[in-house]
Amino acid sequence: MGHLAGAAVTVVIGVGAAILYFYAVNLALDLIWPPRGPAATAARNQQIAAAIRPWLFLGPALFFLGLYLVYPVFDSVRLSFFGRSGEEFVGLANYKWAINDTRFQESIRNNVLWLVVVPAASTAFGLVIAFLTDRIWWGNIAKSIIFMPMAISFVGASVIWKFVYDYRGEGSTQIGVLNAIVELFGGSPLPWITISFWNNFLLMVILIWIQTGFAMVILAAALRGVPEETIEAAIIDGAKGWHIFFYIMVPQIWATIAVVWTTITIVVLKVFDIVLAMTNGEWDTQVLANLMYDWMFRGGGDFGRGATIAVVIMLAVVPIMAWNIRRLTAEARQP
Amino acid sequence: MAAARRRKRRRWGRIAQHISVLVIVAIWLAPTVGILVSSFRDKDQLAVSGWWTALTTSEQNLIGRAAPPSDQVEEAGKYVVSGNVLDGSGYVTAFGTRILNPTQYAAGETAELPGGAGTLSIDSDGSYRLVSNDPFEGSSGRRIYYTAALPPAFTLENYEKVLTSEGIGQSFINSLTVTIPSTVIPILIAAYAAYALAWMKFPGRALLLAVIVGLLVVPLQMSLIPLLRLYNGVGAFFGVPAKTYLGIWLAHTGFGLPLAIYLLRNYIAGLPNEIMESARVDGATDFEIFIRIVLPLSVPALASFAIFQFLWVWNDLLVAIVFLGNNEQQLVLTGRLRELLGSRGGDWEILTASAFVSIVIPLAVFFALQRYLVRGLLAGSVKGG
Repeated sequence: MGHLAGAAVTVVIGVGAAILYFYAVNLALDLIWPPRGPAATAARNQQIAAAIRPWLFLGPALFFLGLYLVYPVFDSVRLSFFGRSGEEFVGLANYKWAINDTRFQESIRNNVLWLVVVPAASTAFGLVIAFLTDRIWWGNIAKSIIFMPMAISFVGASVIWKFVYDYRGEGSTQIGVLNAIVELFGGSPLPWITISFWNNFLLMVILIWIQTGFAMVILAAALRGVPEETIEAAIIDGAKGWHIFFYIMVPQIWATIAVVWTTITIVVLKVFDIVLAMTNGEWDTQVLANLMYDWMFRGGGDFGRGATIAVVIMLAVVPIMAWNIRRLTAEARQP
Repeated sequence: MAAARRRKRRRWGRIAQHISVLVIVAIWLAPTVGILVSSFRDKDQLAVSGWWTALTTSEQNLIGRAAPPSDQVEEAGKYVVSGNVLDGSGYVTAFGTRILNPTQYAAGETAELPGGAGTLSIDSDGSYRLVSNDPFEGSSGRRIYYTAALPPAFTLENYEKVLTSEGIGQSFINSLTVTIPSTVIPILIAAYAAYALAWMKFPGRALLLAVIVGLLVVPLQMSLIPLLRLYNGVGAFFGVPAKTYLGIWLAHTGFGLPLAIYLLRNYIAGLPNEIMESARVDGATDFEIFIRIVLPLSVPALASFAIFQFLWVWNDLLVAIVFLGNNEQQLVLTGRLRELLGSRGGDWEILTASAFVSIVIPLAVFFALQRYLVRGLLAGSVKGG
């Protein structure tokens, strides 16, 4: 209980310090270069203060961004060329190790599977559900429920789905829904999580379950933005429900679909909790993020190899990052 | 005619639409309902029957013990031990005399005990009679194997257990400790930066914005090792522990800032120019404009970000297990849940109750403030969690 009080005190101190900082630096600025006095001096002072002030406003943010995100990116790249403790230079040895390591190869294969299946499935489900729920009176309730897993942690979701996949030996009553359904249709229950290769898809289901709501919310807004006239014109031409959806609405929201797809792709690249909680990479389910975590702490930690795997994840993110920067800065420039 | 047929087809289409949405919603909801229902079930019932049967009677193979020989009475030259195997609820469907065959006899029948030791009969109400020609000996009563149909039993015991003896209660407090400062601290810092990026002119503004947009998607994995080394170094230098709450608060602040700045900048840039101008004409400084005008007008955007950050920090596992220890005072809910998955793998009464404790707060936040969450998503749908 003690540290909860500590947290409350920290909130007060943190907020107080932030306000005090901005107040103090603004005051200092006005004292050193007062916007008063002879017209020429005042104008010059005002100019200097105006040039400095943005950086005072940005200061704390730049400090945190620099320390927690920018510097680590460069340092991780540097460390990927160093040995396990990060002290001796080893050149490309870590990358050579990675290419030849079977666990790394397995992770790459699984990551590619995840990258293909999860964004595609989430976006497709999200799109269809957004369309289906659009014009029914309880559509918002339905959307709320589909969206809900978004609030659940990956670990919590793993517990929820591990219960679905639960397996009891043949002969005893199955308490997992999946095996119960299998038995209902006359099949015999299976220990799903341990079935190599296919178990990957069972883990993907968890992320699809979480991300579909996200895709649905964004795509529903986009669908609502499709101009009414184009739909009416299609109806007059005799188009029917699904034709309108596929040939009139979807082509008009490609840009949004791309945004949803890439956003989910980023989540997939970093997927870690689900694999750690469900299998910890056993039974051929390893992925890069979990492999990286593994090397980070294995036997006291191999920082060189860990950093190498992080860099590989980063390389996969870079194209999307570049696309985002172009798209969003263009958006920001518009009034 | 044609119009009527078309109308009819439209109606069938509507019904199909309702049904498909209903099915999808059911599929989406079922897994969560499963753990919610299970967390309230009696642990013995949970282990032998699916949660979807929670409202029906469940059949269980049970082992009871007859009253000890000291309770036997003599009736008409025979020795009798009697009593009831059930504690008030349910009924017996079958019983047996050996563990290998607990359903050999139906309730109401009389079974020969092995070795000619007498007979055993159990009625469906649970009352049993052991009858023998010779006195029963020994100090403890005979084992009785029976199958009982028990009515649904719901209990709060699972929650009581996880909150106290499994450490979920302590972890709940630890999670709150991590989450509150990590949510509040970035807001002000980001708001100032966002205001500068939106309304102040300075060289490098466009570049800075591009960098922040780029940082939105930098994988957390890139930060882990350098920061871990840094924290260890700082800890060793000052002779303090490397894994502290202060460390994780600052880390979450750093990781949350790109989204915060991006969301708030978009919102603040959209505030009407006239308000800013008239304030400036009145002689207000940037600081005053920010405090008096920008901040109050930005509350919806601040709320959106706060919800994002709250959910993200509360649900985070990676940052917590890297930057916090796994002792009793520091292990957060997600970390505890993961440990329980390993150590109590098959004890679903523990796991379901723990999982529900860990998701109840984010679910409450989600349903109460969904509007802001959706607005935030639509404004800046780029962060990948």
